[in-house]
Amino acid sequence: MITAERKPFDEILELVEGHKKVLVAGCDTCVAICLTGGEKEAEILASELRMKAEADGREVEVEHTAAIRQCEWEYLDMIAEKVEWADVVLSMACGIGIQSMAEKFEPKLVVPAVNTNMLGMPQEHAVWLERCGACGDCVIGETAGICPVVRCSKSLMNGPCGGSHDGKCEVTGPEKEEIDCAWHLIWERLKAQGREELMYVNRPPKNWSRSSSGGPRKMVREEAKPV
Amino acid sequence: MAEEPKVTGATTAQGAAPAAVADAPEGAEAAESQTPKKPVDPDFEPEIIVFACHYCAYAAADLAGSMRLQYPSNIRMIKLPCTGKLEVIHLMRAIEAGADGVYAAGCLEGECHYLKGNLWARQRVGQVKRLLAEVGIEPERVEMYNMSSAQGPEFARVATEFTDRIKQLGPNPLRRDGVSPHAAAREAAGDVAMPEEAPAGAAAPAPDAASATTEKGPAE
Repeated sequence: MITAERKPFDEILELVEGHKKVLVAGCDTCVAICLTGGEKEAEILASELRMKAEADGREVEVEHTAAIRQCEWEYLDMIAEKVEWADVVLSMACGIGIQSMAEKFEPKLVVPAVNTNMLGMPQEHAVWLERCGACGDCVIGETAGICPVVRCSKSLMNGPCGGSHDGKCEVTGPEKEEIDCAWHLIWERLKAQGREELMYVNRPPKNWSRSSSGGPRKMVREEAKPV
Repeated sequence: MAEEPKVTGATTAQGAAPAAVADAPEGAEAAESQTPKKPVDPDFEPEIIVFACHYCAYAAADLAGSMRLQYPSNIRMIKLPCTGKLEVIHLMRAIEAGADGVYAAGCLEGECHYLKGNLWARQRVGQVKRLLAEVGIEPERVEMYNMSSAQGPEFARVATEFTDRIKQLGPNPLRRDGVSPHAAAREAAGDVAMPEEAPAGAAAPAPDAASATTEKGPAE
């Protein structure tokens, strides 16, 4: 799923500064599951904003709502009335939802309350790990179900590199935490599967034009179009 | 965050307090600070909301009453089936509506009737402390306490200690005439809050059989 983290409160305050009617709009799909931007979190942020305005002596009305999915037109109709009321919509959806809102309700000002960060999975409760880079050309059939694009720090297609030590990457995470070497994991799982020979396949340069490097992507399913 | 009283020493200063009670606000390590006390307004009577667990703190309050213990009349109780049902927004709404202080009182750690509800509550109280700090309101206005249903004196001690703490802090800057923090908190809690005590002899509109049978029960 898509994960996101709430922006720092001061940054959110700057985004809505000067507006009298603020609508905090949650999204009850991916960002609700990662406990960042669902209806509950929208209600909490709205409460925070009201308290801050009151404490600062500013007259600001803050309401909250949530769409089942902000990334689909149909669900946006359901919150249209509240959006209409607002001077600014503070969206807690992922970047897709925020853009859908801005397009649907143009020229309404829609600003983000979260930073969308990855396509990940909950490794355990309250911990999410990146699993997919949406590169448009999946290779994990050859890499034992482990994505080298996002799980190798260098996105190597022919790993491991010389920076792999005892199964760990020479690169550390933002909190200086150790990162598993993706190619070490691939090797271990290929061995378990009896497919070690795949490790010796030389993979040519990846076609990144199918990723975001090729410009905005579009998908059309002709057979599914309404008749 | 200019004015924050010294509060964390109060627990240990009470020599008679049972040592088992762990009410140290570790959930808000960074948010708390110790600064000199400011003058207390003798006329300030804080309104304090208590989210009390049905199995422990609420029964402890009953016991404190039966023992005729004195504790401040500033506290207003909202009964929950477990502090694990307490949500961040319940605490936020109470403060937003002008409650001068809010605390959750759950079972002793390791003794939760639902195993971990009180531990979840402690985490949520910690989150509210961080959110309040962002807004510029003293995080000390919210707290988590633990007690058993047999600890009537502890209930009274906590009520007294927390009320003193809030008197030191002064009124919640969000306090407004005509807004009842208790009513707001109760409304926020909605169905999570259990019905108020029915008069003796009346059929209590308890949501389930268990709550009716353990209403006045001893410590489990």
